[in-house]
Amino acid sequence: MADARSLTDLFGILGPRRAADAAAVVASSVTQVTEASYPTKALQKFVSCLHGADHPLLLDLGPVVGSNVTFFGEQLGCRIRVEDVADDIDRHVKDGTLEQLPAYFAARFTQAPGSVDGILCWDILDYLDQPAAQALATALCRLLKADGCLLGLFSTAETRERVYTKYVVVDESTLRYRTYPALRQRQRSLLNGDIIKLFKDLRVTDSFLMKSKLREMLFRKPAPRG
Amino acid sequence: MWKRDESVKRATPPAQTPAATSAAPVAAVPAASEPRTQQLGRDNVSIGKSVIIKGELSGSEDLTIEGHVEGRIDLKDNVLTIGPNGKIKAEVFAKAVVVLGEVTGNVTASEKVDIRDNGSVDGDIASPRVAIAEGAHFRGAVDMQRAGAKAPAPVPVPVPAKPSAPAAPGLPQPQAQKVGA
Repeated sequence: MADARSLTDLFGILGPRRAADAAAVVASSVTQVTEASYPTKALQKFVSCLHGADHPLLLDLGPVVGSNVTFFGEQLGCRIRVEDVADDIDRHVKDGTLEQLPAYFAARFTQAPGSVDGILCWDILDYLDQPAAQALATALCRLLKADGCLLGLFSTAETRERVYTKYVVVDESTLRYRTYPALRQRQRSLLNGDIIKLFKDLRVTDSFLMKSKLREMLFRKPAPRG
Repeated sequence: MWKRDESVKRATPPAQTPAATSAAPVAAVPAASEPRTQQLGRDNVSIGKSVIIKGELSGSEDLTIEGHVEGRIDLKDNVLTIGPNGKIKAEVFAKAVVVLGEVTGNVTASEKVDIRDNGSVDGDIASPRVAIAEGAHFRGAVDMQRAGAKAPAPVPVPVPAKPSAPAAPGLPQPQAQKVGA
């Protein structure tokens, strides 16, 4: 086969076919990029959690989505900090340093502890191994203010597609899921108990199992007693 | 014939002024031989690709930057456009900022910040309106002062007991809205 290929190369026959093969490889590795809208129940609760806060600080762990910035800015008059954790994961995959992720997340956020009113965690924890997920969850709990809330999405389906999802807020009760290529697939679907253990310093206030095969969970940091 | 044509051209040089046209009062350091800062018909100044400015840039005309600027840009009442070739490392203050190139530094606009496709901002944005296009790069924080959407503006002065304040108890209770089954 190899000989045949080199022979055909000699005659310049295989040139175009090689290009087609390469395109097919790219297409299969990219997988399909999709977009669809789904209802959400946790988002409006998350927003109403933040309504009470004056000029709240919101941390968005997803990629920057212009319309989300506008939505939260106009709804809440808040300050939004975008920290694309998916980008961090991809960078570590590229560098082959995934085992350093727990240490990286422990020092990743520069905000003062207890300074953030709300965190949009989206589904990023699904893409992490347990130690990295735990390190990220611990860092987020530390950042959150007392009474602050965190919105997390967790897949209930085992999918091996290498895609991240941008969650575009259409309105308080609708999210548009827009996938884009990732260098890593979802690692596992977390069970309820696993999730609660990850965020052991927070209280689960709402949990919804959606038809989109996502579990939407809203956490709140309890106010210190006394 | 050819020679005559050339001489005609030379005889009427446009003589574009090399000196910065009013927008860059301080410390304009041209990298290339001539700063290609040109004044267009209206109040719109453009800084060309080959120009590097280090220092403070202020003015009262709309400005388009295709070159490099480091320092501070102050166009409080005007629109600043960072063109696709523009690279800014500066604190930016303007009425409106349109980014098609690269900005590193904080951007403050009294009206709007618009990061277009392929535009990039690495820094914090403060503006009542912010638009970030799909494909734009942004890293930092966005502070949108509430644009009259709702709720009274926060009062920074000492608080004498005011009856007019709407009830905002310490523990925020989710408003009893539709929860949707």
